[in-house]
Amino acid sequence: MNGTTSELLKHSKKNNDSEYILEVKDLKKYFPIKAGFLQRTVGSIKAVDGLTFKVKKGETIGLVGESGCGKSTAGRTLIRLYEPTSGDIIFKGKNISKMNDGELRRTVRKDIQMVFQDPYASLNPRKTLKSILSEPMITHNLYSHKERKEKIQDLLDKVGFNPLFINRYPHEFSGGQRQRIGIARALALNPDMIIADEPVSALDVSIQAQIINLMEDLQDELDLTYVFISHDLSVVRHISDRVGVMYLGKIMEFAGKKDLYEEPLHPYTQALMSAVPVPKKKGVQVRERIILKGDLPSPANPPQGCVFHTRCPVATQMCSEQVPDFKEIRKEHFVACHLY
Amino acid sequence: MSQSNVEISQEELQLNPHLKEKPDTLTRIFFRKFFKNKLAVIGSILLFIIIMAAVFAPLIAPYSYEQQNLIDKLKPPSSEYWLGTDRYGRDIFTRLLYGGRVSLLVGFGAVLGALIIGVSFGALAGYYGGIIDAILMRVVDIVISIPSFFLLITIVTIFKPSVGNLILIFALTSWTSTARLVRGEFLTLRSREFVLASKTIGTKSYKIIFSHILPNAMGPIIVSATLLIGGVILAEAALSYFGLGISPPTPTWGNMLQDAQNYTVMLTAPWYPFFPGLLILLTVLSFNFIGDGLRDALDPKSLD
Repeated sequence: MNGTTSELLKHSKKNNDSEYILEVKDLKKYFPIKAGFLQRTVGSIKAVDGLTFKVKKGETIGLVGESGCGKSTAGRTLIRLYEPTSGDIIFKGKNISKMNDGELRRTVRKDIQMVFQDPYASLNPRKTLKSILSEPMITHNLYSHKERKEKIQDLLDKVGFNPLFINRYPHEFSGGQRQRIGIARALALNPDMIIADEPVSALDVSIQAQIINLMEDLQDELDLTYVFISHDLSVVRHISDRVGVMYLGKIMEFAGKKDLYEEPLHPYTQALMSAVPVPKKKGVQVRERIILKGDLPSPANPPQGCVFHTRCPVATQMCSEQVPDFKEIRKEHFVACHLY
Repeated sequence: MSQSNVEISQEELQLNPHLKEKPDTLTRIFFRKFFKNKLAVIGSILLFIIIMAAVFAPLIAPYSYEQQNLIDKLKPPSSEYWLGTDRYGRDIFTRLLYGGRVSLLVGFGAVLGALIIGVSFGALAGYYGGIIDAILMRVVDIVISIPSFFLLITIVTIFKPSVGNLILIFALTSWTSTARLVRGEFLTLRSREFVLASKTIGTKSYKIIFSHILPNAMGPIIVSATLLIGGVILAEAALSYFGLGISPPTPTWGNMLQDAQNYTVMLTAPWYPFFPGLLILLTVLSFNFIGDGLRDALDPKSLD
């Protein structure tokens, strides 16, 4: 944890530097459900259903939510692994939501990279460390042969890896080591932004801390912007500056970390926060645990009105009829709920 | 768990002398696993001998494959004729050597052709999916639904059966299973995270197909290819047996068997059908054993 002064400094720097590196406007990603002999589209899975948020340069945005709420799909759509159904993704002033592969390669591929969840699946088992790390540079025709070698050494150094391992294969490394290779690969192109899709959920808790700390150090050193996707509330709290809470493809609440964790406004966020274990302290009131009833509704057939009304403890008639607007209730605190 | 992030010190080296050793490459692991499978090793040795014998047939063969000694017809194996002679007094050993050339050439050639067509179809269908997949796979379905042996017979009767023609025909009728297999592999591999990672890097599709997905699909492809070779050799023998293969006097194992399918020959000279039959059996068995061995050795999930 940083000291108070440095945290303040960091914060003020970010406030001055209010340039948005990424703007997402009403992003939707529906997967068609095909059925029958002719494979007609009979419906769609609304995995991401209208995301709107902005990311400032150098900050970390956390996206949290239960399994199946569309946070991974959101990440993959942001980096254009998936074609968005509608909406805009504006990265560094360019709308990348409708670019084709060639345009993407020429413009933004270099600047946004991704770190994946499963370190065992994210590295090609038939490639050595060296060829895994040089692939990005070769693809974009960066550096000469000799410079590439130096760059690889530099990358390995950055993620704390022994350069002797350069000719080894992924199967010779542990999960944490592999995840660091994954991070090194993402850094190979000097990106501005990294989308981290549950980068630590497949790792042991002790290794999780190591990877999180590495990511924080790299952010300070290289001025990176992170979109950090996770279901782990404490990890997100630790690393993020601002956090978005997703439910069934929509953002329910989006606010600064402090606001969100200490004063959650949306009933869903309140329920989530009440599930985080807190150490008992004198004078601190023990929070009441809010237990949500029922299961996550199917994204193929989301509820009418507010998608959360089927499980919301304070839902009213209006909630089942009208979709609440995503509005700024306080400064930098957005909530989609009829209560406010 | 050693999370070493510093240079290897002298101390560490003494504690763990393996650190400086050359790491296990995938090839080395492959060979170690393959050599553990006794049958596969026996199969490889047998096949090596058969291939070498066929390649160096002119050097090994004691006679010419066309040379007839009508006085010595249907002689049993002796020191003069190692494996006996056939109806025209030709040396069976010599003819087996030359016959192997045709059989193996047709086998390897046809499977190579089938692999090229099958892998291209399967890779495109599996990688791109959607409408491309649907169209290519319907083509595969159509080819599969044609009774291939009757097609073979028809084509062979229209065109003069030569080695080149046979290779072409076998390749065109046997690529479908490879296409399906490759498509399946590509379907699973294309959504693996390392492929997605390459996409986010901006790697071009052809490079993802050839340098990321194909090497990982190589195991099943090689296995099915070895099994396919055995099948083609059998099919060639069957065609020749019906008198539709390579025409005599050029020997193939199949047309030697066909030549021996005479009741009197079978009774009076049982060694004549026995040896070509034995060679077909051994070759196909070897290919199957090797295929099994390769499957285990190339499967990353079976550790040592």
